[in-house]
Amino acid sequence: MSTGSTTAAATVKAMQTAIPETPTVAPEASVPLRFQIRGVNFFYGAKQALHDINLDVPNNRVTALIGPSGCGKSTFLRNLNRMQETIRHTRLEGEILLDGQNVLHMDVVKLRRRVGMVFQRPNPFPKSIFENVAYGLRINGYTGRLSDLVEKSLRRSALWDEVKDKLNHSAYALSGGQQQRLCIARALAVDPEVLLLDEPCSALDPVTTAKIEELMFQLKDSCTMVIVTHNMQQAARASDFTAFLLDGHLIERSVTAKLFTTPSDPRTEAYITGRFG
Amino acid sequence: MSARIMWRKSLNVVMLSLTGACAFVTVAVLALILGYLLWNGASSVNWGFFTQLPKPVGDIGGGMANAIVGSAKLLLLASAIGMPIGVLAAIYLAEFGGKTFPFIVRYTTDLLNGVPSIVIGIFAYALVVIPMKHFSTLAGGFALGVMMIPIAVRSTEEFLRAVPRSLREGAMALGASKWKTIVTVIVPAAIQGIITGLMLDLARVAGETAPLLFTAFSNRFWSPGWNQPIASLPVMIYTYAISPYDDWHRQAWAGGLVLLGLVFVVNITARIVMARRAAFLKG
Repeated sequence: MSTGSTTAAATVKAMQTAIPETPTVAPEASVPLRFQIRGVNFFYGAKQALHDINLDVPNNRVTALIGPSGCGKSTFLRNLNRMQETIRHTRLEGEILLDGQNVLHMDVVKLRRRVGMVFQRPNPFPKSIFENVAYGLRINGYTGRLSDLVEKSLRRSALWDEVKDKLNHSAYALSGGQQQRLCIARALAVDPEVLLLDEPCSALDPVTTAKIEELMFQLKDSCTMVIVTHNMQQAARASDFTAFLLDGHLIERSVTAKLFTTPSDPRTEAYITGRFG
Repeated sequence: MSARIMWRKSLNVVMLSLTGACAFVTVAVLALILGYLLWNGASSVNWGFFTQLPKPVGDIGGGMANAIVGSAKLLLLASAIGMPIGVLAAIYLAEFGGKTFPFIVRYTTDLLNGVPSIVIGIFAYALVVIPMKHFSTLAGGFALGVMMIPIAVRSTEEFLRAVPRSLREGAMALGASKWKTIVTVIVPAAIQGIITGLMLDLARVAGETAPLLFTAFSNRFWSPGWNQPIASLPVMIYTYAISPYDDWHRQAWAGGLVLLGLVFVVNITARIVMARRAAFLKG
């Protein structure tokens, strides 16, 4: 795949040139915000998992959430499309605004259509490849030609060439990396404005991981992305902004290049230099 | 020391033989039943057995066509009653239930499963036969349907619970409502298990005699519609087996063989359905 490596190189190059262009003082000011999170507390029963989180998620950028296991980054992510409320005995306080509108007051079906999600482990449905991608369209009552949109979504997730001849095969016949890209295609099919990625590469090998990061770069034109990752190199490579969480507190959030070179909080520095976590 | 080793080794051999022998007995019982039925009944299973009505006492020959069709009608009715109730209740238990009510439902289901089939028959008699003032297909199908519910509930619930949470989340993250998620992802993911469970449930009630004795009763002739007494294979076998006539005894054996054959066919079909689906998913 020579095209793959050249685009990957282009990705790196583009990022290297892109980062200095972003003003380091107030990067948000130049980019409209997609999500504004204000004073969010989250509880599992009596146990508080998130403490007074305030975060801005700029439009058409990748925001990475990093932090040690159990710091609440997945919990936080899953609140953005209200997946966390499907777990019993949980409680959310504060405001999560999507384009200025509180997600808690939105119809949850409409919200999740606008805010897609890719999970840690690939979770294709026990259906054919085609039906997996068409699923979101079908349940939303889409009446146009499904096959066009399925192809478009599979192309956007860079999977089309590998599966175009076996769309009727089971999704379970694909490799792990292909399954994860299928899940991305499935999420893209309903044309979400935001894509939440919950450690999407933790179960994948480095080559596949590179493909998915490249994909994220291409999707920036049409999508805002929030990615939870364990892998600091991945956050450094693939994101524009990084937020560091520790024990349910948001310690620091800034332009990725700045956070990884000159973090302002000593705890961030300790974490990114590998002193804990 | 060596005595201990000897003891240990011989105990090993004894226990291995004992468990092996018991496993063999399990297989042998089925083989014996099948062999015995074939030996006694195979000669009477002919075209006429499937196409003719029972002949009056003294006339040799005749068949159980009405009982075969009767059993099919009773099972159809039982499925129409037991399967939807069982599957929907299982969906409630697996997907919606809180804590206390599902516990009560599960416990009740297990108790219902333990209710002797003759008692189910009396229940159907009181509820359907007495108000209608006569035996009927309806009453028999109702009794069998009630008998199907507990197993339908428990087996379906088990297969629904086995569907991983990640699939539910995947569907919900795409904006599927809870009910849509259940209908389009969870049930399809569990369908082969659910169907197998229902088929086995059906095969189990296919041989029930007691609940039919005073609900469907029996009939020497065809029973059109759903309102008249109807013949069924198990009741026919029972009636013929306790009669004093040799020809009827042979017919009873043949009936047993046909019933067992039908149960096998249902069972094997269920497993083929399951294997096909599993093969598709593997790709």
